[in-house]
Amino acid sequence: MNIQSEFRDPDRAFRILSQGVIPAAERIAGHLGRRAVIMEVCGTHTVAISRTGIRAVLGDWVELRSGPGCPVCVTTPGEVDAMINLAREGVTVATFADMLRVPGSDSSLELERARGNRVVVVSSPLQALALAERGTEVAFVAAGFETTAPTVAACVLDAMSGDIAGFSVYSSLRLIPPALNAILESGEIRIDGLLLPGHVAAIIGRQAFCSLAGCGIPAVIAGFEPVDILTALQCLLDRMLSGQSGVENGYGRVVTENGNAVAMRTVDQVFRPVSAGWRGLGDIAGSTLSFRSEFTRFDAARRFAIETVWISPGACRCGDVLSGRIDPPSCALFGRGCVPDHPRGPCMVSSEGACAAWYRYPAVT
Amino acid sequence: MCVAVPGIVTRVLDEDSAEIEIGGAHATVSTVLLHRAVLPGDYLLAHAGYAIACIDTEQAERTLALWDQVNEHPV
Repeated sequence: MNIQSEFRDPDRAFRILSQGVIPAAERIAGHLGRRAVIMEVCGTHTVAISRTGIRAVLGDWVELRSGPGCPVCVTTPGEVDAMINLAREGVTVATFADMLRVPGSDSSLELERARGNRVVVVSSPLQALALAERGTEVAFVAAGFETTAPTVAACVLDAMSGDIAGFSVYSSLRLIPPALNAILESGEIRIDGLLLPGHVAAIIGRQAFCSLAGCGIPAVIAGFEPVDILTALQCLLDRMLSGQSGVENGYGRVVTENGNAVAMRTVDQVFRPVSAGWRGLGDIAGSTLSFRSEFTRFDAARRFAIETVWISPGACRCGDVLSGRIDPPSCALFGRGCVPDHPRGPCMVSSEGACAAWYRYPAVT
Repeated sequence: MCVAVPGIVTRVLDEDSAEIEIGGAHATVSTVLLHRAVLPGDYLLAHAGYAIACIDTEQAERTLALWDQVNEHPV
């Protein structure tokens, strides 16, 4: 069985859409007397929902609102400047590709590379570790959520056991449940249901999201193929119709009740949750991963005395987009001063960014 | 960047790594984050050079069968 093609089967997807999702969406909109608001928390879902046309097809009955699940997008302007300052210090900065073009206050990692500073794009922190093993002083800038944190922690443990002195990490690693709780508890945005991130849940398990149940809305963990997203939406709409809150696992082939214990233990060995700022959401208690004291020699910010300060994002409204306050076209810069070739904020840069997804698939959003 | 892709184990390289095939391409992934040893034929979910989950293919088949049953009449 080819799993991906089965979950991408257009006939199956169309049957679920036409027989399940659309009728349920019509009913819930009729019941509420308005469009139902569902937040797709994960940036990968944002892109998939735009690319497949699901957002457009359901648009009369369901408003799919982007959430804080794009790691590059929630990184604060001050953190981006700190990463740029690392490159200016002469250290080789290793980064995932989607951070490269994110603008800081007066530069980007891409611009620093063009100026001759050493910035390398990697697809795994293991590649940064390998560079350090060969004698290069490397700082890996780690923007990511629970999915990515175990891979970074495993590399730090390798660096520790292999005594690889030249490896360090600038941590912009964040945790999703505290951010969702902050959004829901603020009551600022009306949300009727949540489509939860399947690959974060692969690590932390279904039960880690149960704290959201107190907010009284239904949530479904979803995979990323069209059939995954549509079945999760159907579950969510059915739960909304029957007034059931709680968290359902719609991605059972990957997500378990308690998650990946080895991965969580690895993260816990190296990092501890602390309070820190998110773009658009402000400070959230226990939402960011910082090095435990026995690993601080791998902390790039400490090693190179790089400060992270608060900087205003200016006219860019990425913060309002990823907290669900507005959709991308409501930002005055969208498609005018801010386009993928000349992005003013991270949501237009990242392949997972809501603004980039809305811009790239205009006919279907 | 929470993009993760499924791949099938083609070769176990050592106790901490395996070669997987992703859509015809081959890649090496670390398996240190998994709770069990992997075997050729296992489906893994790969992210940033690591396997982060074993994919339960039987569960996948049950899910598809259930949804095909719920929406059984092609339109």
